[in-house]
Amino acid sequence: MPRVLLIEDDPSVREGVELGLRRRGHEVRTAATGEAGLAALGEFRPELLLLDLMLPGMNGVQVCRRVRETSQLPIIMLTARGDDFDVVIGLEAGADDYIVKPARTEVIEARIRAVLRRIEAPAGGRPAVEFHGELAIDRAGLAVAKNGERLALAPSELKLLLHLTAAPEQVFSRQQLLEHVWEHSFHGDARLVDACVSRLRNKIEDTPGEPRYIQTLRGFGYRFGPL
Amino acid sequence: MRARASGEPIPGEAENETPAATPGARPRRRPRAFGLRTRLVLAFLLVAAVGCGTTAALTYRAARNAILEQTQDIAVSHFREQVQTVQVGLPVDRTVLQDAVRRIARQGKPRPWRVFAEYGTLRVSSTTSPTSTVITPALRRSALGAPHGSFQRVVSAGKPWLTVALPIVFTPGEQSGGTRPTGLVLYAVMELDVEEVSIRAMVTAARDGVLPALAVALIPALLAARSVLRPVRDLRRAARRMGEGRLDTRIQVKGGDELAELAQTFNESAAELERSVVELRQAEARARRFASDVSHELRTPLAGMLAVTEVLDEDAAGLDPDTAAAVRLISAETGKLAVLVEDLMEISRFDARAAVLHTDEVDVAETIRRTLLSRRWTEPAQIVTDLPDGIRARLDPRRFDVVIANLVGNALRHGRPPVTVRLSTEFRADDASTWLVTEVADRGPGIQPEALPHVFDRFYKADQARTRSAGSGLGLAITLENVRLHGGTVRAMNDPGGGAVFVVEMPVTAGPEEGA
Repeated sequence: MPRVLLIEDDPSVREGVELGLRRRGHEVRTAATGEAGLAALGEFRPELLLLDLMLPGMNGVQVCRRVRETSQLPIIMLTARGDDFDVVIGLEAGADDYIVKPARTEVIEARIRAVLRRIEAPAGGRPAVEFHGELAIDRAGLAVAKNGERLALAPSELKLLLHLTAAPEQVFSRQQLLEHVWEHSFHGDARLVDACVSRLRNKIEDTPGEPRYIQTLRGFGYRFGPL
Repeated sequence: MRARASGEPIPGEAENETPAATPGARPRRRPRAFGLRTRLVLAFLLVAAVGCGTTAALTYRAARNAILEQTQDIAVSHFREQVQTVQVGLPVDRTVLQDAVRRIARQGKPRPWRVFAEYGTLRVSSTTSPTSTVITPALRRSALGAPHGSFQRVVSAGKPWLTVALPIVFTPGEQSGGTRPTGLVLYAVMELDVEEVSIRAMVTAARDGVLPALAVALIPALLAARSVLRPVRDLRRAARRMGEGRLDTRIQVKGGDELAELAQTFNESAAELERSVVELRQAEARARRFASDVSHELRTPLAGMLAVTEVLDEDAAGLDPDTAAAVRLISAETGKLAVLVEDLMEISRFDARAAVLHTDEVDVAETIRRTLLSRRWTEPAQIVTDLPDGIRARLDPRRFDVVIANLVGNALRHGRPPVTVRLSTEFRADDASTWLVTEVADRGPGIQPEALPHVFDRFYKADQARTRSAGSGLGLAITLENVRLHGGTVRAMNDPGGGAVFVVEMPVTAGPEEGA
């Protein structure tokens, strides 16, 4: 079971979520502040970070940016619906998904599993490493390189890229991507996709403003290529 | 006088004048044939006309009498003078009389006259015809009875005439005194056409005087009307602006007359109204903020509680029955409380206008199918769908999901299955755009007519006996707000064939494109 670090300032939420997740077999470490959470990272080495956005002192977005500077640790933000501005900022800062509070433990756990789930490697017949333009994608090793240089992709970014490149030139609507990559319900928040695409473009495109690899089809969604 | 400005009621009277129309619609104005301006001008003109007319009539009458009497007096006295010079012996000699008549005829004053003499059957005249047609029997009769003469004005053949009759008298003796008529009567007939021309000239002068007078009267009339109408118009405009919600509207107060006082009163009332409304708004904002704050504050403890409900559910089995029941109750109610608080938060956001659309272009039929599928509303006995493929729309998928789920859930709870979900599009010529029409109908008893206007109210319960419904009581209110946010409408009605029908209409492009 995954090791989860929960950074949450409210004691009852912290305790409730910790209890719920622990009951489901997760190893949970909690921190009440961003600073304490960052400190616990190196020692606890979590597989996933549950991060409240509203924190005293260093806020969740700042924590998220700090984590992304050095690691591609999966990050799920805890937000209150309506704090729309924070959601966008948090997603831009590199969070992979978000959960609206209050949430049942089963919902939280389902999101944790979805973010941690690996895209299945191709059944065979396909080479281990695919080349798309200057991109080299290793589906088995879950690694992407551009011009031979390995790219640091967050889990959602990697999954999105793998999903799109699995069917080059096929158009996926935002809702379809939410369903397949994020395992959200069909009626999810399309901003999750847009933010992730934007982050991914910054990493793989030569000029993110004129994307080559991940192209937008206005009114329909996104597709990979054609190159 | 009741003030009325060019066909429109002045604000204060608006309610009395027009029956209350449907809210939002402009009250229907009854067009008035005579506005204030017209009536003021007409009144001024009427007064001027009566004044001018009376003056002219009096002047005319006095002048006419003066002219006629002068002519008359001169003619009568002169005729008398002339007649007194006549020496006619009795019995009357025709030739002598003829000479006398001709002589007098030559002395006509102030105008030429024709002279006629009558004595018994004898007729003598200064003209070719022996008698005159303008001498009336009445004059002949009075001539005999009035030794000092009599006269009459006659209109004959369209011409005015003055006829003077003077009987010739004699004095029988020095001692006895008095006079006796001789039976001879002399008549002078004078045409009055010159006087008629003068009088007609006076009538023309009077008329020519009245018209400019009336024209001049029009100017103060218009000025007065304007001085009254401008404040009235200002008032009307101001009142309308107030009605449109611009409560800071004030009127410039000019002068110190009654209308200025009215404007002053209007301004004071407007200020008072504005103050009250500001207070009300502040109170409302406080109430909303309070509802929002309460929901916010409830959410944090709920987040902790909701996370542990599973623990309670799982362990309830191992507890003694009472504790287990209590624990399950707490768990179930915590879930409901979370839904209620979430719905309250959502409503607070709508009230605070903080709700925003996150639109995406979707296949609408697919979106609705996913909504039904995710709630497991898939049994054909439960749900019948008519969802044509290929209808694409720009909408907020999460909010649209809430709309459809609330309507279908509501139909399943309060109506009878199968619930029909029908999707179509409609082109509207008035705004040249395509609209999405989604219909959710059930086969239940329908909605009570008295409940129909309230189904979208918050916490409204059609059945007062049912204290709690399965939902939060905010579902349809949230549905309404979500549809409005998309620029659409949602209506509830009863199908004549039975069952309630909810129709959602919204534009296919609800908002600006998002994302890249």
